Parts: sequence; C-alpha cells; structure tokens
Amino acid sequence: MFRRLHEVAGDALVRFTVDGRPATARLGDSVAAALLAEGVLAQRLSPVSGSPRAPYCLMGVCFECLVTVDGVGNRQGCLVAVAEGMAVTTGHGRRALAMEAP
Amino acid sequence: MTLALAEVRGAVDLLVVGAGPSGMAASLEARARGLDTLLVDENEALGGQIYRAIGRSPVSDRGVLGADYWAGEALAREVEAREVPRLQGGTVWTVERPTMEGEPFAVGLSARGSARMVASRAVFLATGAIERPFSIPGWTLPGVMSAGAAQTALKASGLVPDGPVILAGCGPLLYLLAWQYRNAGVRLEALLDTAPRANWRSALPHAPAFLASRYARKGAKLLLDVARSTRVTRGVTALRAEGEGRLRAVAFRHGGAERRIEAGLLLLHQGVVPGVNLSLACGLDHDWNERQLCFRPVLDRFGEGSVPGVFVTGDGGAIGGADAAPFSGRLAALGAAHRLGRLGAEERDAAALPFEAGLRRAGRGRAFLDLLYLPSEADRIPPDDETIVCRCEEVTAGRIRRAVALGATGPNGVKSFERCGMGPCQGRMCALTVTEVIAQARGLSPTAIGHLRIRPPIKPITLAELASMPKSDEALRAVVRE
Repeated sequence: MFRRLHEVAGDALVRFTVDGRPATARLGDSVAAALLAEGVLAQRLSPVSGSPRAPYCLMGVCFECLVTVDGVGNRQGCLVAVAEGMAVTTGHGRRALAMEAP
Repeated sequence: MTLALAEVRGAVDLLVVGAGPSGMAASLEARARGLDTLLVDENEALGGQIYRAIGRSPVSDRGVLGADYWAGEALAREVEAREVPRLQGGTVWTVERPTMEGEPFAVGLSARGSARMVASRAVFLATGAIERPFSIPGWTLPGVMSAGAAQTALKASGLVPDGPVILAGCGPLLYLLAWQYRNAGVRLEALLDTAPRANWRSALPHAPAFLASRYARKGAKLLLDVARSTRVTRGVTALRAEGEGRLRAVAFRHGGAERRIEAGLLLLHQGVVPGVNLSLACGLDHDWNERQLCFRPVLDRFGEGSVPGVFVTGDGGAIGGADAAPFSGRLAALGAAHRLGRLGAEERDAAALPFEAGLRRAGRGRAFLDLLYLPSEADRIPPDDETIVCRCEEVTAGRIRRAVALGATGPNGVKSFERCGMGPCQGRMCALTVTEVIAQARGLSPTAIGHLRIRPPIKPITLAELASMPKSDEALRAVVRE
C-alpha cells in the first residue's frame, strides 16, 4: 500500500504496538500514517454497516482514522503523534451497551 | 515558544487558530503591532497543510517536493525565532461570543486530555481549506484516499504508494502530486482528468491574466513533466471505485467507452474549498460563491466577519493559495490592531497598502485556474442514487432526494430525516454535496438552500474534559436542582 522513501534508523525509530503486535514507525509519523506504513489499511469499522474503513484525508477532516490510543477511544489517528511504547488498537465499530454485550 | 495548555495565559489580545501560512504571518504581524498573541494548531508542528512538516520532513531531496513547498521554511523559522507563544496539538472546540459588548470571546482549547477556556479580545480563524468532497460509487472502500492525504503522507512521513496507483479528478493539486511522485520515482497506472472539456470556453477570457502570472510558467513546466512520465487521460466521467472490502479496480467512461484499470490505491481530488465549520459555529454570515461553487464567510477588506472581532484569514475565507495567505493574515492583524485601539485608522490604511498589493498580485491568474478546473455537475452531485454522500452515516444521494420529495427543504431538514451531517465529521465530508443535491432536486440555487447548521463543539472533546473545567455558580444553578 505505502512504502517509505527512506529507511528509518537510529533515534528516529519508534517502537509501538498495533492490536498487541509489535510495530515500528518514524518519529514524527502520525498514528494513522504509521499504521499505513505497517500495511494496516482498514483501521475501523463503520458503526452503521460494519464495513471496513481506512483513513481518507489524513488531516483531521474525515474522521475515518478513529482508533484507540493507550486506552482512550475515538482518537483521530492522523492527529496523534506516534510515541515510544504507544498501544494502538483498531477495528472498532458500533459500540455495544453493557447490557447488550455477550 | 511552545507552551503546554496549563502554561497558556488566561487572557490574550488575539488568538490565532491555525498555524498555516496565513496564521503564521498574522501572528508575526499582530505581535509586531503590540498585540499579545497566542497561536494554536491541532498539529504538532507549524505549517498547516501546504507546509506540512516543514523543517522536519523526512524527504531530504528538495527536488521531490519542489520549491513552492520549501518556500514555507522562512515563515516557520521566523515564528520560531521571534518566539511567538504557541500551543501545538491543541484543538479549538468553541469560540463563544461575549454576552456584553466590549467583553472578550471565550475560546475553548483542548490539548492532551485537558481543556480550558481562554479569553481573547479578537480571534482569527486561520483554519484554511479542505478538499471538495468527491462522492463516487465505492469511495468509502479502503484504498480510496484524497490526493491531499497522499501528499501529507509524503511530506510528513516520506511515504509513497507501493503498488498500482491511480490519480483521478481535476485541479492543480492533482498534477502537483503527480509531479512530486514522478520526482520520487513513483510510477502511476494512470492520471484520469475529469475536468470538463467545456471549461476551456469559460476560462479562456481570463487566460491573458493567467499567462502574465507566475502560475503560468510554473504550471506549464509541471504539466509537461507530468505528461512525459504519466499516461494522462482527459475528459473522464463516471468514475467508480470497485472492490469488496477494499479497492480492486477503478472504472470510468472515456471517449464513449467503459474502461477499467486494476489498482490498489485511488487518489481523488477535485479542488479545495474553504473549511467553514468553525466560522459557521462562530455565527458568521456566509454566502454561496457562484464562481468557486462553495460557501464562504462574508468578510470586509481586513478579513473581519459579521461578528466584530472575528476575522477569517487565508483559504478559509476564500481560496487564494499559499501566496495570498500571508498577506491576508497580515491585513487581519492590522484590522485587529485598529479594533483593539493599538492602531489609528489612517496608519492602518497606509500599512495595508503593500499587503493589498500583494493580495492582488497573488490573485492574478486565479480566475483562469478556478474556471478551468471547476468540477462537472455530475462529479459534484452524484447522479447514481446508490452513491454514498454522508460517509459517517452512510446516507446515499437517493435517500437525500427521497427526503426532499417527502418535504425536507434544506440540509437541516434532511438531517432530521436521514441523519446525514450527524456523524463525527460534522458535515465536513458531505455538507457541500448535500446542499447541491437538494438545490438540484428543488431547482433552486445553493444560496437559497443554505449550509448545514454547525454548532460547537466543532472538534471532539471528552465529558471528562468538560466536567473538569471551572463552572460559574450561575451555570451550576441552571442544571443542578437543589
């Protein structure tokens, strides 16, 4: 999907996790861009139909890049700078109410 | 200097929302005029969109992004050197008008999980442009993105497409991206140009002014470079993104034939329009511009809107591009300095002359570009009823037309019927399309239809942030029953 023009090395390398899996990014990447660079295209599910959605605008306008960052949900990944040790979870769609949850 | 939210002063003379070219220039000019200024941007660095990641881009070869991008460096360096107080990673979620004249605005700021209100006597909305929505069948598929998104990924992260990629739409940004990809050694499957051939007729009278402008020489070389390296197909209509779960192919009509090209990435673009959500939420009057086919705030020559003390600078007021933006920001700074009693009217008008001249120079040639690249009606108003218009709530063009047939007269009525505009993007991706679909269905001008009503918070804020902010006794009494 996307590849880096320049290899990321040394101080610029950031280690984080995506859905529990180890991943790397470049310091300065947004979470959304870091996920794209790691081959994670669809990052959430539409709450209406459950269809997979991927970042569209990368500038905070489309709200397609919503992911959970360090336990806080509905963060716009394109506006969050990736940081060492950050835990990102993806694929969130419609929420269940506690009484409805299986 | 960069501040944490807690370090920001409780009251300032001027709060500038957005650190793109107009916001940066406005802050510098305002401080030079003695205004206590705070610059706020939701990104971690200066530059806005056009100068995204300026000074920290991983793209080390300056030839890839081009001179126009690097031109932003000087402005960003000056903001840093002059230690303009700024809050990065800060969102403005509301601008509350004072209840009494002479009182300041209350601006809601949110950063890193905390929120607070800052009083400001004047506010500049320097939030810029957004890409015009381009609703085509299948545009919500993973693998379809805007050209601007791809450009941001390139500037800020040095990312380029890996696999078959198609650029489609119209406008200078599309060709700029194609040129930058060519410079970076990225091959395109195709560039599908959707600009109606008939546009030439309306654009031609403005050609002389364009040819005399700097856009002409720059543009000619760029287009030539792109034409040499990429298969450009003009007069494309009926774009469709196809695939199950993700993009597999792009279908379109050209020369009377249906065609399909396999691709994993489709980058769409059909021009930029002012981002009006914050200006609408502030209560500014807006009107519909027939030449640029978008809503714009009504502004005076200094950029002040219908709410005294609120100014809109740069592309958020009217699309003028990066060259015009700094002049627009500086003019607003003069206007605000006068409004706040720091600059007499005569001094203000004299100081404005070079900035107004700069705006005129930057505007030369834009009418030609605006008209040449105006998207077709079919590309702005999806003819296929099954096309999703509101991405957040998955409302199709057909459902909007059905709501109109059932009696909804405008975007707010259609919202009540169908929820379009109620999703997290608050109409940023759909409002223009919704207004134009309704206008077409009712046989009226978009002026008569109006824009979706936008209310604060215009960016997300958590309940915890709201709850932790200080509340007046009056506010508490209004909701808590003793």
